[in-house]
Amino acid sequence: MTTHNDSVEYTSAEMMTITAARALRNDMTCFVGIGLPSEAANVARLTHAPDVTLIYESGTLQTKPDVLPLSIGDGELCESALATVSVPEMFRYWLQGGHIDVGFLGTAQIDRFANLNTTVIAANHPDSGKSGAHSYANPKVRLPGGGGAPEISTNAKEVFITVKHSKRTFVKDVDFITTVGFGRDGKGRDNRPTIGRGPSVVITDLCILRPDPETKELIVTSLHPGTTKEDVIEATGWEIKFADTLEDTPAPSEKELTILRELKARTAKAHSAQGAK
Amino acid sequence: MTKFMTLKDAVATYIKDGDTIALEGFTHLIPFAAGHEIIRQKKRDLSLIRMTPDLIYDQLVGAGCVRKLTFSWGGNPGVGSLHRVRDAIEHDYPCKLETVEHSHAAMANAYEAGAAGLPLAVFRGYVGSELPDVNKEIATITCPFTGEQLAAIPAIKPDVGVIHAQKADRAGNVLIEGIIGVQKEVVLSAKNSIVTVEEIVDDLNVTPNACVLPAWTVDAIAVVPEGAKPSYTLGYYDRDNNYYKQWDNISRDRDTFNQWLESHVFGEGEA
Repeated sequence: MTTHNDSVEYTSAEMMTITAARALRNDMTCFVGIGLPSEAANVARLTHAPDVTLIYESGTLQTKPDVLPLSIGDGELCESALATVSVPEMFRYWLQGGHIDVGFLGTAQIDRFANLNTTVIAANHPDSGKSGAHSYANPKVRLPGGGGAPEISTNAKEVFITVKHSKRTFVKDVDFITTVGFGRDGKGRDNRPTIGRGPSVVITDLCILRPDPETKELIVTSLHPGTTKEDVIEATGWEIKFADTLEDTPAPSEKELTILRELKARTAKAHSAQGAK
Repeated sequence: MTKFMTLKDAVATYIKDGDTIALEGFTHLIPFAAGHEIIRQKKRDLSLIRMTPDLIYDQLVGAGCVRKLTFSWGGNPGVGSLHRVRDAIEHDYPCKLETVEHSHAAMANAYEAGAAGLPLAVFRGYVGSELPDVNKEIATITCPFTGEQLAAIPAIKPDVGVIHAQKADRAGNVLIEGIIGVQKEVVLSAKNSIVTVEEIVDDLNVTPNACVLPAWTVDAIAVVPEGAKPSYTLGYYDRDNNYYKQWDNISRDRDTFNQWLESHVFGEGEA
């Protein structure tokens, strides 16, 4: 999908990345997932948040990559970092120790309580009585697994999620909870004072969603330019609710688009170059 | 005390059929040459441990060396699936593969517990996740001081730990630089260890807080230039991203993979 912003044209994917980037503030420490979150976090750093602290699970603290990493441990992340620590230190001291404001995650499947599934898509899953163990024993598609996400989601103070909106991805109940949002009933974080407050925002290519303060169910709080309620309803696997005062997400600026496109061009060029020095 | 050996002799001496082996390296310093030597020596029934199985375990699994895989993220980074691992899980090809699945935090803690000589790792993890429902090695433990419920998993204590590093000095002290992952932990937690290095130098020129494995913690050192390719060695060569992308096609098809194995591993070819 392409949308016009007065004179500037942009895609829905660009809209998503730039909106996700805007969620990060300059004073935050962010534990960055690979892929869309990494793209958004670096756009934030190159636009409104030059001092944002980006941390990758490979141990790279306060890194400023010139191109986006293909893997979580690219040399670029280490060479542009303030310091690089071991992976146990990263997960124990820096994440579990409470030094991370925001965990920024992507996912393969997300449900109405912002639980994330990156483990397995089930074959012939029953509609009711979802059970992760059942899905695990009856896989249709085997996904990569949890990686850092299960503990990023609970040990960071809050969680941002960015993922493309589709009925396949936005399901009523995930086949398997790899990484908890608010649990199967929305109460998964109740009475857990030692963990973070969980997902606070989900940014897609259509809209922005936030958990309802009471039920923790994700509701649409802002529609991107050119997107209708019907578009979101059509792309969501549960009866999606909309906030009473629905906002309009601001379109990307020309500067944001230029920076994102230059970053992606640099990245494509770097990744297509052969390895040896 | 460490011995300088050929990679062939090191693998033949320390790795036996049925062993539990951890080849580590978090994207960086992945010991591919050692993995290929294990394939060439046709080791069988191995229990492999690795946080990110990556292409190296796709190759070992596809070659029929592996009975059990313990991991926390199994993909081809930035590209897609590990097709040989999936074929083993989904179709028992070339043999049945048991899997034990964790999160990164869990495995990092378990390596550290192994290095620290503890029987288990305790950490604040798996809260709300359904991984404990499918992995019987994940337990809950109550803090005796605060009452907090924490996760516990067994320490990782492999028979053999295998890593790649930048360099060793002539006494066999090893220097690891850059993304150091769990390199130190896997060597200290393992009964025996094999380290491949890019080169031997007269002086490591270490700074006081450098990541160094003293010679007396390592059993065998083999000099293998480019021993981490197609991953990378900081200061020596970059990651070969094209190899990772091309692997998707090579690994997707059993025959293509087997041909690759013949020409690039058994034929001791370029990879």
